[in-house]
Amino acid sequence: MTQNAPVSERTVAVLAGGLSHEREVSLRSGRRLAGALRAVGVTVREWDADAALIEHLRADPPDAVAIALHGGEGENGAIQAVLELLGVPFVGTAAPACRRAWDKPTAKAELARAGLDTPDWVALPHATFRELGARRVLDAMVERLGLPLMLKPDQGGSALGAQVVGTAEDLPAAMVSCLAYADTVLAERFVAGTEVAVSVVHDGPEPRALPPVEVDAKGGVYDYTARYTPGATTFHCPARLDAGLLEKLQETALAAHRLLGLRDLSRMDAVVDDEGRVQILEVNVSPGLTDTSLLPTAVDAAGRDLGELYAALVERAVERG
Amino acid sequence: MPVPSAADPERRLPVPGGGAHPAVPPAERFAARTAGMTASEIRALFAVASRPEVVSLAGGMPNLAALPLDALSVEVADLVAREGQVALQYGSAQGVPALREQICEVMRLEGVNADPNDVVVTVGSQMALDLVTRIYCDPGDVVLAEGPSYVGALGSFAAYQARVVHVAMDADGLIPEALRDALRTLGAQGITPKFLYTIPNFHNPAGVTLAVERRSEVLEICAEYGVAVIEDNPYGLLGFSGRVYPALRSMDPGVVYLGSFSKTFASGLRVGWALVPPAVRDRLVLAAESATLCPPSFNQMLVSRYLEGHDWRSQIKTFTEVYRDRRDALLSALETYLPEGCSWNVPDGGFYVWLTVPEGVDTKAMLPRAVTARVAYASGTGFYADGLGSRQLRLSYCYPTPERITEGVRRLAAVLEAELDVMRTFGSPVRSASPPPAVGRGPQTPSPDTA
Repeated sequence: MTQNAPVSERTVAVLAGGLSHEREVSLRSGRRLAGALRAVGVTVREWDADAALIEHLRADPPDAVAIALHGGEGENGAIQAVLELLGVPFVGTAAPACRRAWDKPTAKAELARAGLDTPDWVALPHATFRELGARRVLDAMVERLGLPLMLKPDQGGSALGAQVVGTAEDLPAAMVSCLAYADTVLAERFVAGTEVAVSVVHDGPEPRALPPVEVDAKGGVYDYTARYTPGATTFHCPARLDAGLLEKLQETALAAHRLLGLRDLSRMDAVVDDEGRVQILEVNVSPGLTDTSLLPTAVDAAGRDLGELYAALVERAVERG
Repeated sequence: MPVPSAADPERRLPVPGGGAHPAVPPAERFAARTAGMTASEIRALFAVASRPEVVSLAGGMPNLAALPLDALSVEVADLVAREGQVALQYGSAQGVPALREQICEVMRLEGVNADPNDVVVTVGSQMALDLVTRIYCDPGDVVLAEGPSYVGALGSFAAYQARVVHVAMDADGLIPEALRDALRTLGAQGITPKFLYTIPNFHNPAGVTLAVERRSEVLEICAEYGVAVIEDNPYGLLGFSGRVYPALRSMDPGVVYLGSFSKTFASGLRVGWALVPPAVRDRLVLAAESATLCPPSFNQMLVSRYLEGHDWRSQIKTFTEVYRDRRDALLSALETYLPEGCSWNVPDGGFYVWLTVPEGVDTKAMLPRAVTARVAYASGTGFYADGLGSRQLRLSYCYPTPERITEGVRRLAAVLEAELDVMRTFGSPVRSASPPPAVGRGPQTPSPDTA
C-alpha cells in the first residue's frame, strides 16, 4: 500500500478453486489476491466455482468479481460467459476472447498471422495418431520441428503436462503422459534463450506493459516444482536484457494483448532467442497471483501494489457494468 | 549473451520483494534435508480430490461417522469443568501416567506385556516415527522397509537423510529370505542398517499381513545381523475376521512398537505412542521434549476418559464392520469393472487395496486423466524411495460410502481403458529413464486431510 487510507470501499468476490488440474494454484492465487484487496479496504468474498456460486452472486451481489481461477472454466471463457449472463461485472477478458486465448493452437495461429513470432508448432489430437499411425506422425513431427521438442497439452497452464523431449525414443512415453492432461497435444520447436514473462495491465487510460520478468529456474526447467517452490527459481525484474530488447518485449506483449482482444490484464510468456527475436509461447488471461507468480513480481518491480492495481481494475469493471 | 540494462538499477529485483510482500529467500539458505520438501505436481492434483464431485480413493482418512459424538461432548465439557487446571497445563514429556497404563491394556490384546514406564505418548505415531528416526539415524544411514512402505515413514527417513533399502513382500507379508538377502548384500558392502521398519498387520499400502509363522523368523534374522526392529501397528485391531495377530513386540521385548488411537478412536486428537526398551526410553523422552515439550495433556486425558468410560472394544467392532462393507464394495466393483491385466490383494483388515495395472501403464502419469474423470487414487511410486511402483496404485476404502466406492471404480475402469487406448496407439512405450527418486520431486501422495 502506498497510502494509509483505504483506496476502495467496493465489495469484490474473488473466485478461486474450481475443478481443473490447477485448483491448488488457483486457491493460492485467490488467497493472495483476497489479502491484497483487503489491505486496500476492499470487502472480499472468497467463493469457489461450484454449485453454490450463482446463489452467492444473487444473494450477496458484489460490485465486481475478480477471477483467480486457472485452467478449464476459469480461462476458457465459461465462467466469464456465466457472469455476462448474470450481468455481474468482472475483472478480465470477455468470454469470446478468453476462448481464443485459452486454446493455445488458435492463439498461436492468430499471433503468427499478425506477424508476431511464435515457435513453429503442430497440434494434433490422439485420434490422428491412432488413425494415421503414431510412428509416421511422430517422424513427420520430428522432421519438421526437430529435437528437442516441447510437448504440452493444447489447453491448461502451470506447465502441467509440459515437457521437453530430447530424443525420438522418448517421444511415445512423453505423448502418453501429455495426453493424460488433454486430448490434443501441442508440439513446438524448442527455442533456447532467455525465458521471460511480460504482464500487461490496463489501470490507466491505455494498457501498459510492466517490466519484463526473467525466469531463471535452478534446475534449468521451469516446471511445476520450479514454479511453486519458493527459492527454486530466481526472478530478475527487469530481465537482464538490453534496453532495446526490454522495450521490444513490452511492445510485443501489448501487441498480443490487443490482437487477442484481451482486457484489464494479461501475461505473455516468451523466449528471447539467441538472435534477439521475441518468440511468444503463450498468452494468459488469468495470470497466476501466487507468492511465486510472475505478474505480482512485475507489479512489485513497477512500484505498484497488487491490491491497488486490482482495485483500479475493479473500478474499470464496475464502470463497464 | 543478454546485456544488463543500465536503466534504473534500483528497480532490478533478483527476487520477488518490496511492499508488504516479503522477499523469497534463495533455496541455498535452507538445509540440505529439505531438498524433497518442494511443490509437487502430483500433490497439487489431489487438491481437486477434496471436492464432492470427485470420488477420492486416494486418502487415508478414517471414517468417524460411527463415533458417539453426543457422549463425547459431555465428556469434553466434564473434563474442562473438573480437571481443566490439569488438562490445560503442561504435562510430562513422556505422557499422562493413567493413559500410559491404559495403553498397556490395549497392547495386551496383541499379547504385549508392557510396563507403562516404557511407553512414551506422542503426537500421533507419526511423531514417534520421526523421533525414532532422529535418535537412530545419521545422514546417509541405511534403514530397511518393506517395498512398498508407508509414505509418512519414507518422509521421516528422507527428512533425516537416511537411505531406504526396500525388502520385497508377497501375500504373506515381508519375505524372510528377501530380508536375509538384503542384509547379506548390505553386509558385503560393510553396511549394517540401523533398523527394519515394518508394518506387520494390514499393511499400508499393500494391505497384506505378515504370516504368524514368519514373525519369529523375521525377528531372528534381524537379531542375527544386529538390526533393530521398528514395528508400526496402527491397524492391528482392525481385522475383519476378528482375529488379532501377535505383535512382534510380544515375541521380542527389544522391538520398538508404535501404536496409535487415530484409527481406533479419533485421528484429530493426534494421540499415539511408542513402547520402547528401557535403554532407548530416556533418549526418546528427551527427543520428545525437544520437539514438543509434552504431548497435549487435554487430548491425552480425553482419550483416557474415553477408554475408561466407553465400550471402546465395541466401537472398534463397529468401525471394522463399516470398513468390511466398504472393502467388499471395492472388491466387488474391481471384479465387475476393471479391464483384463489388473490384479489386487484381498485385505483382511485395515484401509487399503494395492492394485497392479496392466503392464506399461504408469499410474502417476495417468493421474491427471483420473482427476479429469473425477476419481482419485494414490499412485504407487509415492510408496517407494527408489522410483519403483509405477505399475501400482493404492485404493482406500475407509472414507467413501460403498455406493461412492462403486462409482469411483467404474470411473477408474474407464480411465484405465482410455489410458490403454492411448498406449496401444503409441505401442506401449517403454520409458527410457527410470523415474527419479522421491527427493526433489515433492510429495507424491495426498496430504493427511485428503479423504
